[in-house]
Amino acid sequence: MRHTHPAQDARHVIDVRRLTKRYGRTTAVDALTFTVRQGRVTGFLGPNGAGKSTTMRMLLGLDRPTHGEALFDGKPYCDLPEPLRHVGALLDATATQAGRTARNHLTWLARTNRIPRRRVEEVLDVVGLHSAADQRTRTFSLGMAQRLGIAAALLGDPEVLLLDEPVNGLDPEGVRWIRTLLRTFAAEGRTVFVSSHLMSEMAVTADHLVVIGRGRLLADADLSEFVRDGEESLEDAFFRLTSGGGSDA
Amino acid sequence: MPSSTFRAELTKIRTLRSTVVTLALVPLISVGLGVVSFTSVRIALERGLPVVRPDFEPVTDGLVTVLYGQLALVAFGVLTICGEHGSGLLRLSLSATPNRRTFYVGKIIACAAVALTLSYATVFATFLTAHWALGAYGPSFSSEGALRVLLGTPLYLTGLCLFALGVATVLRHTALALTVMLSFVFVVSPVANLVPGLKEVAHYFPDQAGTSIMKVGQQADPVVGPWTGLLVLAAWTACALLAGCWTLSRRDA
Repeated sequence: MRHTHPAQDARHVIDVRRLTKRYGRTTAVDALTFTVRQGRVTGFLGPNGAGKSTTMRMLLGLDRPTHGEALFDGKPYCDLPEPLRHVGALLDATATQAGRTARNHLTWLARTNRIPRRRVEEVLDVVGLHSAADQRTRTFSLGMAQRLGIAAALLGDPEVLLLDEPVNGLDPEGVRWIRTLLRTFAAEGRTVFVSSHLMSEMAVTADHLVVIGRGRLLADADLSEFVRDGEESLEDAFFRLTSGGGSDA
Repeated sequence: MPSSTFRAELTKIRTLRSTVVTLALVPLISVGLGVVSFTSVRIALERGLPVVRPDFEPVTDGLVTVLYGQLALVAFGVLTICGEHGSGLLRLSLSATPNRRTFYVGKIIACAAVALTLSYATVFATFLTAHWALGAYGPSFSSEGALRVLLGTPLYLTGLCLFALGVATVLRHTALALTVMLSFVFVVSPVANLVPGLKEVAHYFPDQAGTSIMKVGQQADPVVGPWTGLLVLAAWTACALLAGCWTLSRRDA
């Protein structure tokens, strides 16, 4: 049973090995190596433009790495059969076709991976969108779009959640809702990898942090280690890490 | 290709208002325009007015309005893929079906199934409209070439729709793909037909080769026969879809 593995001897669910992406002469992601372990929330922190989204897209096989690889339980994402049942992802919640209702959006997505129809109703309940399920997504606020995006990620009842900036544009209630959701998910022995540029949010959500800047790994440590380092706050640690432009030369 | 991909693509088509409206336009334009156009042709023929082409063929000219309805079908082919590029939905589609060839084949088959069904319905409805509106001058099932035209024209329409899908997959942008496809069918191809030298080549353009399946009697294409024409279109379509598949597989989404 997947939920019974104790967290202390957690498996590496995601293995990122020397992942690199170059666009012409620009290096967006530079030989990134880290692992994401089971049963906890791993925050993926970095300033805007640090390469977080590019990394996320490479994890999902949407962008082809220039070098390196990203593996889920030893397999590239593209080799997972019916991947939604294993990995749930939220990249851009506003990426829906505006003329389709929320329920129908989830219905076609469920069909791609032979996910039973009732799961659509279940996830609509989980994210609190049942009353808006038959509205076209054109009418959705950003908060509702994020909820629909989360519903899509949860659709296959996955063991791994991969979320790119899920709290962007959410009101405090929505932020708290996502935080609780991610904590609960990890507490069930599942795995969460969530990117953010808000260290305050990561301080209360994540157990472990992977920090990148200009496409490079700056830190990979448990949250407690960041704060233990002297008396500085996580915020200070973040700025110390990300402003260290000297490491770039 | 797993049938789940095909079924998901059918659901996408069915649940998006813009594709449903676009598809509805195919029979509406073909039949609606047919009622007006065929009635006026009948009146002209009854009165012996010289406005009707001298090589009038009931079967071919009784389906001529389908060539306007086909524009909506071309738009459908374009929207099927460009709608995903434009909205960013493609990333979600590909994260659900990471094998891009599987995804694309599912999309092609769903698009083809919808286009073929709709084309048969439209062609038969337009034929019956012509039969009724043209009266004594109209086509019937026993007219020369009627069966071939009725069975073959929907294949042409579906082929052109899939050609548009392939071209649109390479071009990615709705406006660009629509402009290219519509200006080709409406401007480039007809103009090429008037230019000596180009005229001979134009017989092998996807639309002109394909429409030879509709032409009977005096209007029959002297260069490309009906079934050969369909094969020529099939070759164009295959090339466009292969190019689309290659583009989709190579590019970052």
